[in-house]
Amino acid sequence: MSTINTWDDLNKAAKRGLARLLPAKVKIVVGMATSGIASGAQAVYDALAKEIANRGLDIVLSKAGSMGMDCIEPIVDVIAPGKPRLSFSKMTAKMVPILIDRVVNGDLNGIQPAYRMDEMELLLQGEKKAYFSGSVPVDCSGIPQINELPFYRKQVKIALRNCGMIDPENMDEYIARGGYTALHKALTTMSPEDVILEVKTSGLRGRGGGGFPTGTKWESCRRAEGEIKYVICNGDEGDPGAYMDRSLMEGDPHSVLEGMIIGAYAIGAHEGYIYVRNEYPLAVANLQHAIGQAREAGLLGKNILGTGFEFDIKIAKGAGAFVCGESTALMASLEGKAGEPRAKYIHTVEQGLWNRPSNLNNVETWANVPVIIARGGQWFSGIGVKHSTGTKVFSLVGKINNIGLVEVPMGIPLKDIIYEIGGGIPGGRKFKAVQTGGPSGGCIPDTMIDLPVDFDSLWEAGSMMGSGGMIVMDDKTCMVDIARYFIEFLVSESCGKCVPCREGIYRMNEILQDICAGKGRRGDLELLGRMAEAIKDGSLCALGGSAPNPVLSTIRYFRSEYDAHIRSKKCPAGVCKALIQYNIDKEKCTGCMACAKKCPVEAISGERKKAHEIDQAKCIKCGVCMETCKFDAITLS
Amino acid sequence: MVNLVIDGKKIEAETGTTILSAARDNGIVIPTLCHHESIEASGACRLCVVEIAKGGRKRIVTSCIYLVEDGIVVDTKSERVLGVRRLVLELLMARCPESEVVRNLAEELGVKTQKRFKPDKDKGKCILCRLCVKTCEDIVGVSAIGLSFRGKDKVVGPPFTEDSKACIGCGACAYVCPTGHIEMTTGNGGAERTIWGRTFKMAQCSVCGQYFAPEDQLQYISNKTGVPMENLTVCMNCRL
Repeated sequence: MSTINTWDDLNKAAKRGLARLLPAKVKIVVGMATSGIASGAQAVYDALAKEIANRGLDIVLSKAGSMGMDCIEPIVDVIAPGKPRLSFSKMTAKMVPILIDRVVNGDLNGIQPAYRMDEMELLLQGEKKAYFSGSVPVDCSGIPQINELPFYRKQVKIALRNCGMIDPENMDEYIARGGYTALHKALTTMSPEDVILEVKTSGLRGRGGGGFPTGTKWESCRRAEGEIKYVICNGDEGDPGAYMDRSLMEGDPHSVLEGMIIGAYAIGAHEGYIYVRNEYPLAVANLQHAIGQAREAGLLGKNILGTGFEFDIKIAKGAGAFVCGESTALMASLEGKAGEPRAKYIHTVEQGLWNRPSNLNNVETWANVPVIIARGGQWFSGIGVKHSTGTKVFSLVGKINNIGLVEVPMGIPLKDIIYEIGGGIPGGRKFKAVQTGGPSGGCIPDTMIDLPVDFDSLWEAGSMMGSGGMIVMDDKTCMVDIARYFIEFLVSESCGKCVPCREGIYRMNEILQDICAGKGRRGDLELLGRMAEAIKDGSLCALGGSAPNPVLSTIRYFRSEYDAHIRSKKCPAGVCKALIQYNIDKEKCTGCMACAKKCPVEAISGERKKAHEIDQAKCIKCGVCMETCKFDAITLS
Repeated sequence: MVNLVIDGKKIEAETGTTILSAARDNGIVIPTLCHHESIEASGACRLCVVEIAKGGRKRIVTSCIYLVEDGIVVDTKSERVLGVRRLVLELLMARCPESEVVRNLAEELGVKTQKRFKPDKDKGKCILCRLCVKTCEDIVGVSAIGLSFRGKDKVVGPPFTEDSKACIGCGACAYVCPTGHIEMTTGNGGAERTIWGRTFKMAQCSVCGQYFAPEDQLQYISNKTGVPMENLTVCMNCRL
């Protein structure tokens, strides 16, 4: 790799990159983020490599991160000259020869693409590049365009602009899409104060959970006294079911690096750390690779872009403690101490890592920075709503049809995310609630489906934005059990430093377990409410301070469900095992014995063609019989 | 100097002092368990929380860490404060049912046992205030004990709960422990001291013959200060 010192050097790299993004010969791209690999993308990639070699084809094989629609992975994209980019979903190794037949011989009968892309958006340049010239080829006109799909229609990609579009290991491709031009602009035409002003104008707020204005944070850190300052990237994503940052680090590591270099310039820092959990091996590898490339090109190190600015980044791998996502605990862990938070009366921008001024932002926040510098703060603030500008990435998981990573403008109604982008609830079931903000967020009920999704609206609804987890629940979900689940998670993740969090959440869990086991007592809800207030007030850090949220929000919106558990000893959703019983309806049972064969504990007895019976003493309430029965003969009471 | 109001009383305090010490200097009682004036505050027990009003905004802060600021109005007994204190004591009573110190403090503050909490049986009297750990690390300087695990499993002790080779048997941890959880016993007519599972040989005073300090501790002092061992043979009483 040659050194990048000037605008010309950047242009040369961009040309090289563009030749890869819009190749002169056929190119096949496999989505190889963790989400892709988990669905078998590696086998598909290997099969493609083998098929191309066996047939002696002149086809470029490449990889990319995730486009977001993880429920249809592995996804393979074919870019052929004069054609739209075509995406094939749910690929398997067996389908590879058929795909190659289509690509090489034009055999359109075999495998059909899920969608097509006619042009690619170059967000930083504010332009679009078509994959072909002229009108859409006849054989492609019937394929839906990506932005016609409900999943993508309302999405606006800023942070995820490159994920799935570039090979994360290829810096030229990143540069071809405007990468490092924002850094060039900042370092050669803007003062650090200009950069801070631009970020302030954008209205960008921290995407890690706190929602603190990023520009203001940078300004405080710049003003803080101290020769040595640090910038830190928080990649310790720990919410169950959330993987926004992982996908970004895997699919577009340079955007995080570029954001950090710009931030370091604005603040006056020369050292940076990326704290990323070791359970993210691909993110670590891709970041490491990107740092190596940036160093080699002179975009990290001494004299960046020939301006004399010096900055370098190290990766620190975390051991996976949820609490280490809290900034002061993260910094303690970086120092080699136990990951325990401290009170933040002295801000970390003044005394953070090794008691020096430290500016910490989350992965997604950093990835937004190059776009803000390239397009301007004013442009950015035009997206979203007044106090929540820009977009937010959410991981949409749980009881939802389109599971995946979505990026939407702030303020979008919740129902658009659930029903349009998410495609509604599987099996035609009813939407019940959505948990936002991770385990210490809150549950938003179906009655609030019109709620605009932004920092302040979520907060008023008793939940929070958090880092962007969105767990969708259907009517078969017990809200008491959900609260118990999240509290149990927090019990095991509390660092144990302060009493309200360590002991308080533990006791809340005890009571919730009792309620789920039919041992709830009158007064439990009042006690939980009182405990919740005291734990919120009295905890040392935000983990404890927000830990009672799942309990408070479920009591607030689903009180009758708690009452049913406590007073009537019933679980209306049919989840809490101690409160439910499976029975066989003798009228409906045909005696087919299917359930008896499937029952793992042999609790079902009965002769063929005669009604069966469940031995309640043996039954473990797994529900397999109910799933098995074709005659609706199993009832739940 | 800083001017502030605590519980309606106008107070002048030196810049850099904590709310807790400003309050105590003025005869205002704020209960604490993890606070010790010789040891850097950790803010772990949360008993000392107070409510402050600043610029029209009220919030709960930790008085043992929070430094006095001009114009703040502090309430040490607001409803929210008492709510936190009550819960902390209820939780500690459930954790350490045998601790008289916790029980007495609860009684003093009118907090009763919360019967809904199932009392712990395995925590002894340890409230995880970490005074012992900080004393061993910062005051004594040997770091023989530390905290392991997290959350409810967190426990104080030597690494891997094995006999600590670093421990000098000084007993400062037992001395500073607010609840008397750390056991230190004397045996063999005073010739031995046992703490953290390890037994130390005690040195005899060359004047009065009393056993006065573990030999390991004297060796540690000698190494650290450069005073030869033969000059460390007289106990405190005989030296006076």
